[in-house]
Parts: sequence; structure tokens; C-alpha cells
Amino acid sequence: MGCAGFWPLGTGVRHLDGARPLVVRVTRVKIAVCVKQVPDATVHKRIDPDTNRLDRSGEGALNATDVNAVEEALRLKEASGGEVVVVSLGPEKAMDSLRKALAMGADRAVLVSDDAAAGSDLVATSRVLAKALEREEADLVLFGQQSSDGDGAVLWAAVSDRLRRPMVSQVAELTVDGDAVTGKRQTEFGYDVIAAPLPAVVAVSDAINEPRYPSLKGIMGAKSKPQEVFSLADLGVDPGEVGEAGSSTTVRAVAPPPAKSDQVKIEDDGSGAEKIVDYLAEKRLI
Amino acid sequence: MSTLVFLETHDGEPTRGGLGVLSKAAALGAGDVSAVVLGTGVRDAAAKAGAHGAAKVFVVEDDALAAPLPQPRVDALEAVVAESGAENVLFAASVLAADVASGLAARLEAGLNWDLTDLRVDGGELVGTRPALGDTVLVEVGWTSTPRIGLVRSGTFDPVESGGTTEVQDVSATFQDFSTQARLVDHLQEESSGPSIEDADVIVAGGRGLGGPEGFSMCEELAAALGGAVAATRAVVDAGWYPYSAQVGQTGKTVSPKLYIALGISGAIQHKVGMQGSGTIVAINKDPNAPIFDFADLGVVGDLAQIAPKLTELLRART
Ligand SMILES: Cc1cc2nc3c(=O)[nH]c(=O)nc-3n(C[C@H](O)[C@H](O)[C@H](O)COP(=O)(O)OP(=O)(O)OC[C@H]3O[C@@H](n4cnc5c(N)ncnc54)[C@H](O)[C@@H]3O)c2cc1C
Ligand SMILES: Nc1ncnc2c1ncn2[C@@H]1O[C@H](COP(=O)(O)O)[C@@H](O)[C@H]1O
Repeated sequence: MGCAGFWPLGTGVRHLDGARPLVVRVTRVKIAVCVKQVPDATVHKRIDPDTNRLDRSGEGALNATDVNAVEEALRLKEASGGEVVVVSLGPEKAMDSLRKALAMGADRAVLVSDDAAAGSDLVATSRVLAKALEREEADLVLFGQQSSDGDGAVLWAAVSDRLRRPMVSQVAELTVDGDAVTGKRQTEFGYDVIAAPLPAVVAVSDAINEPRYPSLKGIMGAKSKPQEVFSLADLGVDPGEVGEAGSSTTVRAVAPPPAKSDQVKIEDDGSGAEKIVDYLAEKRLI
Repeated sequence: MSTLVFLETHDGEPTRGGLGVLSKAAALGAGDVSAVVLGTGVRDAAAKAGAHGAAKVFVVEDDALAAPLPQPRVDALEAVVAESGAENVLFAASVLAADVASGLAARLEAGLNWDLTDLRVDGGELVGTRPALGDTVLVEVGWTSTPRIGLVRSGTFDPVESGGTTEVQDVSATFQDFSTQARLVDHLQEESSGPSIEDADVIVAGGRGLGGPEGFSMCEELAAALGGAVAATRAVVDAGWYPYSAQVGQTGKTVSPKLYIALGISGAIQHKVGMQGSGTIVAINKDPNAPIFDFADLGVVGDLAQIAPKLTELLRART
């Protein structure tokens, strides 16, 4: 069974050669990309037993699927002109991760940071982000596929309801044509193609592109790009509407999951294949 | 405590996931259980909800709900929640339902807990179980206000028929101008090609770590050596590296082979839900922190391009 000639998205190989028309009719677009700082993959993620919140003290990184959203925004900008601003809610040190987006080519970073916002759930987070996004008046608001620490893959729907804008999620192929966006996405029942007029909210999937690495020049230049930090008061958000006070979900208890027995993990030292064969033979699977 | 369950429909039939959550809600035995069906020509689907424990089904039939798009469903649910006075609103996760649940949470300023793998009632309170941080912790979640909105992890509850008829009540909704701006312009059903992965005893699955579509030849050769089938993640299917019919996970197939070998797959929850029933899971991944190692029986940290061809060779030599 081969897969040659099977491209469910028609132009599915596009990002291997990079030649696909992202923007059909040229209009400058202002794009806001919602990005999150998450614990770096090398950090052991834990819930702090004192607060029942995720321990964010370790090293942070730009959420991996948000990098796809930044990349898509940059491609749109490169095709049509415009501006790319990254917008985030998080602790002050989250700016370190936003700078990666600036190094990739984003023009500005906006971080909402306020102690009162810590512990915000989906609804409270969407309240703050919507306020920050309203100020930006972007033509297009992009989201990544999911945050690696929250794994909700839902925030865009709450935000777009507050912004009162049309929304398309899980987009694996995106086109901006004049004043409309078209996204192709996979569902449980095949692929849907959905169009919406701008301004709109779009959440992309991790398959939409292969993100670039920041160049050395980009990394150097990032430091001098505008990096604004807003408090809740700056945005006119009542602290009682965010954080735990503004959240209607609670964590009652945290427990380890039932342990899976007999797990084996080995480092390949050149004999990995042999060890797999031995393992399968021992389990009578071969 | 009254509970409303969102029943997603496809081709006029309620989805298995929705009926599963409805069955669970009925089994909780905590107050009235009703269902809601939205769309056009969905009244027959509504009638089926009785057999799964809904005493009442609210139906909104409107052309604005013809396409499977979330935003008009938020408007319709807002009307149904107001009409029914439901204190719990439950959804089975799907691409559509997740967006509806989240939009509704913002609209009603209500709490949403997602990825629930169990529900119970404790002292008159609804309590959910949510595996978090890549399923490395189990969190018991609650709500501090009503309505409580819950999104249940895909494939969690099986439908159970408890008999019973249901009363159908029509509700009309008004739609926000922004809710009806997105339009479905095309729907593509993928042809399935090749042998069905659902029946295979051995599956060799490939992810983005294969590096490109040509990497799948490694999967195919290994699968041939084991007499198995080839599967893929959504990331590589959406990128056009392999057919949709071979996709495992939330929006793909659910498989439970005796042996599942994952090559270059990170192990996202949405992939895991489609293969966690496999007998033995072997994973090869170069990232020692990849989540797949948390649930693989045998995890090998290393470069699949080195290990997989050698493994194929060794297996061929045995036969
Ligand atoms: C609503 C929704 C539904 C979804 N449905 C599905 C679904 O049905 N099925 C599904 O699979 N996903 C689904 N997803 C997507 C899912 O969350 C992940 O994004 C996806 O599974 C990732 O695919 P991947 O593992 O191939 O890619 P990645 O996450 O990019 O992982 C690639 C892995 O390969 C490893 N690697 C790279 N090079 C090598 C090498 N040389 N040797 C060894 N290892 C290497 C890397 O370390 C990495 O861990 C869904 C997501 C959402 C939000
Ligand atoms: N704190 C945050 N600030 C800005 N954007 C966020 C934040 N959390 C999540 N996002 C965005 O929402 C997407 C989905 O997140 P989630 O629903 O948490 O999985 C992410 O990929 C980001 O694009």
C-alpha cells in the first residue's frame, strides 16, 4: 500500500516546496496571534499541592502549536503586507517566550500580566484576552491548536463569542482572499471547507505549516521590538472577574493515576532493534 | 439537579459519543435528564434519545443549524438552557462539540471542565475526573456556579439502552449576526483505500517524526515483516503524507491490535484515545520527554531512521 498521489488536502505537500498562494487578493492584514508560555518540555510538570495550580516556576517555552500560528501569520504578512502582533496572558517572565515569536518575525508583543489573573480558568482567560484583542482591532486573530499544559483546544471559541466574530477551528489549510478567510479542517466525518468574512478568528492545526527557525539576525533584532506589558487595570478589567475569583471551575483534589505496570524504557545504544525483537519474542508477539 | 445532554447528529443519526454521555447522565440518577438536538430534519434522531434515558428532548430546527458549525449552536443552546433551566450541560467531545461548549461557557459566564473521563454526584454536587498534564495526574474537578458545563473525553462512555420513550419539545432560537457569518462551502468524504486497520492484529503507526511522506515506506516494510497494517497521526494525514482512512485517534479510527508500534509519534491525548486499547504498545521516539513514553509498554529513546529498518531486517531474518 503506498500513499503516492494521495493528498487529502489537495495541496498537502505545499509546505515541502513552500509554493502555495496564501493570499489571493492583496490587502494588508493586521494579524493578532494568541500565544502562551508553557513549561518547557524538559521540565517535569507538576501541580503545586498548596495552590492546586500548575507549577510555572521552571523554565518556560513558547507553546509548540502556537509556533505554527505565528508562522502562518508571518506567511500571510509576507504575502500581503501588514502587521503581526503576538498577544498573551501570563506571568511576566512569559515575555521571554514571546520574544521567540519576535525573533521569528512578529512585529510586536503584548503581554497581559497581573497577579490577580493567576489561576484564571477558560472563561476568565477568555475575558482578559478578548479585552486585550479588542484594543488591537486585528483583521484576523489566530490561535494555535492546543496548549501543552491545558490541552483544552477550546479557548478560541470562548474568545470569538466575546469578540462577536466568526470563528473557524482546527484549520489545516488557510487562505485569505480579499476580505474573507477560507479554512479546510478535519472532523470526525471527513473534511469541511469553511469560509468567513474578516474580521475573523481562526485556530490552526499543527499540520498547517513547518515553522521557520529564528535567524541570528532575528534573535538580535527581537530585543528592540516593542514589548508592552499591561495590567488588568490598564485593560479596564475588574480583578474580581478573573483569577480564581472570576472562575467557576475548581480543582477539588489531585491524585496520581493508577500506575501502569511493567513499563520498560530504554535508550538506544545501537542495540535498540535487537532489544525490541527480544521483548516481542518474550511477550510471544512474534 | 437537572442535566441537559447535547446530542450531536450526523446524517440524521445521533453520534455514539453523545448517546454514551446521555446514558451516563441517566445512570447518575441525579434528577431529570433531557437531551437537545439541533439541526434540520433531526426530529427522528430526537426520538432515539428516549431509549438512552432522556425523559425529554429539546429540538431546535432551523436552517441556520443545517451545517455542522458551532456558533449558531451556541445561540440555540442559550435558548434551550433558558427554557429547560438545566443545571448541568454535558457534551461528548468532538471537533464541533468542543467549540460549542466553549462558546456557551463564555456566553453564559459558566464554568467549563473538559477532557472528563468520569462523572459522579457527591453530596448533591457534580464532580468530574480529569486526567491532566498528559494524563500524568488525575484531577477531581468541580463547579462553583450553574450551569455546570462538562466536555467528556472522546470514547469514554458507551451508549446503554434503558428503554423508554421521550417527549419532544420544540424551542425556537434567535441567532446573533456574527454566529451565522461562517459558512460551510464544501464537505469532502474521504474514500477509504487499502485494508482496514480496525481488524489488524499488528499496527505500525507513523507520525511526524518520519520526516516526510517517504518515511512511510519504513512503516510499510516493518508492517509487512510483522503481517500488520499501517496507521498514521492526524498531523501527517492533514499534511498529506498518508490517507485519512489510516488515521488513528479522536477524529480517526479507534483500534485495539495486539501490538501497536509507534514511530515518531509524540503521544498526544487525541491520538492516545484511538489506540490506548492496544495490547502492547512499543514506541520509538528520539525525545526522552515525549508523552508517549508515559503509556508505552516498551519505550525506546532513539532515532527511528536507525532502529526501524534494522528491526525490519531482524524480523525478516526470523521467518
Ligand atoms: C480536536 C482534535 C482532534 C485531534 N484528533 C487527532 C486524531 O484523531 N489523531 C491524531 O493522531 N491526532 C489528533 N489530533 C492532533 C494531536 O493533538 C497531535 O497534534 C498529533 O497527534 C501529533 O502528531 P505527531 O505525533 O505525528 O506529531 P508531533 O507531535 O510533532 O510528534 C512527532 C514526534 O516525532 C519525534 N521524532 C522526530 N524525529 C524523530 C526521529 N528521527 N526518530 C524518532 N522520533 C522522532 C519527535 O520527538 C516527536 O515526539 C487532534 C487534535 C485536536 C485538537
Ligand atoms: N494564556 C494564554 N494567552 C494567550 N493565548 C493563549 C493562552 N492560553 C491559550 N492560548 C491560545 O489558545 C490556544 C488553545 O489553548 P487551550 O484551549 O488552552 O488548549 C493556544 O494554542 C493558544 O493559541
